[in-house]
Amino acid sequence: MPSSVAPSLLPLKASGQNMAPINTSAVSIQRVEKTYPNGTRALLPVDLNIQRGEFVTLLGPSGCGKSTLLNMVAGLLAPSCGSISISGELPLANAKPRANHQRLSFVFQEATLMPWARVAANVRLPLDLQSVPRAEAEQRVGEALKLVGLDKFADAYPRELSGGMQMRASIARSLVTDPSLLLMDEPFGALDEITRNRLDDELLALWRAKNLTVIFVTHSIHEAVYLSSRVIVMAARPGRVVDEVMISPTIARDEAFRVSTEFAAFAKQLQDALLRASVSIEDALA
Amino acid sequence: MTGIQAQRFWLPMLVATLLIGLWQWWVTAFDVPQYLVPSPLVVAQTLVNDWALLGSALVVTLKVTFLALVCSVLLGVLIAFAFVQSPWIETAFFPYAVLLQVTPIVAIAPLIIIWVKSPTASLVICATLVALFPIIANTTLGLRSVNRGLQSLFRLNRATRWQTLVRLRIPSALPYFFGGLRISSGLALIGAVVAEFVAGTGGTGTGLAYQILQAGYQLNIPRMFAALVLITGAGVVLFALMGVLSKWALGSWHESETRPFE
Repeated sequence: MPSSVAPSLLPLKASGQNMAPINTSAVSIQRVEKTYPNGTRALLPVDLNIQRGEFVTLLGPSGCGKSTLLNMVAGLLAPSCGSISISGELPLANAKPRANHQRLSFVFQEATLMPWARVAANVRLPLDLQSVPRAEAEQRVGEALKLVGLDKFADAYPRELSGGMQMRASIARSLVTDPSLLLMDEPFGALDEITRNRLDDELLALWRAKNLTVIFVTHSIHEAVYLSSRVIVMAARPGRVVDEVMISPTIARDEAFRVSTEFAAFAKQLQDALLRASVSIEDALA
Repeated sequence: MTGIQAQRFWLPMLVATLLIGLWQWWVTAFDVPQYLVPSPLVVAQTLVNDWALLGSALVVTLKVTFLALVCSVLLGVLIAFAFVQSPWIETAFFPYAVLLQVTPIVAIAPLIIIWVKSPTASLVICATLVALFPIIANTTLGLRSVNRGLQSLFRLNRATRWQTLVRLRIPSALPYFFGGLRISSGLALIGAVVAEFVAGTGGTGTGLAYQILQAGYQLNIPRMFAALVLITGAGVVLFALMGVLSKWALGSWHESETRPFE
């Protein structure tokens, strides 16, 4: 956070903490739902509390509202009902832009890099938009690029990079602001499986090293098991949360975990939850 | 120069040489009189002999063309910016931009020449009217064709309207703008020539169109051809120049200007 805003924010935060008990919740979603003006119910009311340091995955088929929910947490989409608060701050709907810096970053489905700018300039963008001094920004960009192993490609254009490297640049851009909350919308969906597995590993390492809270959207059961500490299972038509599965393996999350019986058991649990949801909707239709 | 670039230059040159050779042979073999179709050799001779006259006429036409192109870029970009600021402005004014495009310049040029005192200014206005529309249409489209994800990213980072315009909308619009510029450069030249045909400005400081008219009255067909060659040549050079400009601006990143296999 820029040092210039700290003095004005600190007393506010201190008084807030005096009034409320110490809050470890990173995101609190209360009765949030989304209905589009044409009447489509994209998401039935959802209650979800995410603790600091959790890796929560929203898992479900297309149209289950998982991206909608993520966009509402980011503040890109307004909920039709309910409220979302981040780190105990004001609900987003009431928050004025620029007033409070939620230290939140978003990684999109595609790398969404600016094709006309070199990798370093792409990663620097969030800092430039917040008018961070150039020297400080350059240093933070260098650190972020090193973190994702792209320090040698700072001067490359996005089109010169492979899909996986573009995604790494996109992740570096999201980390450069030093967020505490990372929102990821199917970030590795367009990559081949080998690259995807490698990026999953790198993401887990970053999550641990940076003590991040992550909300991750995917439709891959395997990715959900491998990455998450908790999986929220969702179903479509209408979009809703149907189940919640804690993933707490007794062995380390590495290549061996991917082929372990424990992994398979978690995967089956998620698959069953997804199947139950789709069967129950077919029953309702029949 | 790589093989492909060399081909791009030599293949059209080969076609030109063949066609000109055929033309020269046809005129000589069938003894076609000069006042009907002059041979390429005679046209070239006229170009050299009448250079004092034709050269200064070329300068006049080019001056009008460049001024018109600059005017249409400035105006067109400003109008496009206005259009993307609010859908209201675009809905209200876009039909008039189309009106501008579909009105034949030959029909309104006499009016403009009557209204505007300075001959150069009236010619520039006519040519600008012809060249303006592609810039407006393409730049508007470009300013709108912004990647949705990047737009969200800018919103998440609380970018101001100005930051979004300068850092996102304008770079996104550049490829479209240059597409429009290439069309407009040709149109500006056509506009300049057509307007001068209608205006028929006499006396000193006349352009190539006037030379063609005069040469026509005098049945000086070789000079007509020479002037025509200059106009066409100017058009090709102008188009190539816009290509170079576009390559310079987009070459490092845009698909249209980068070679697929490197």
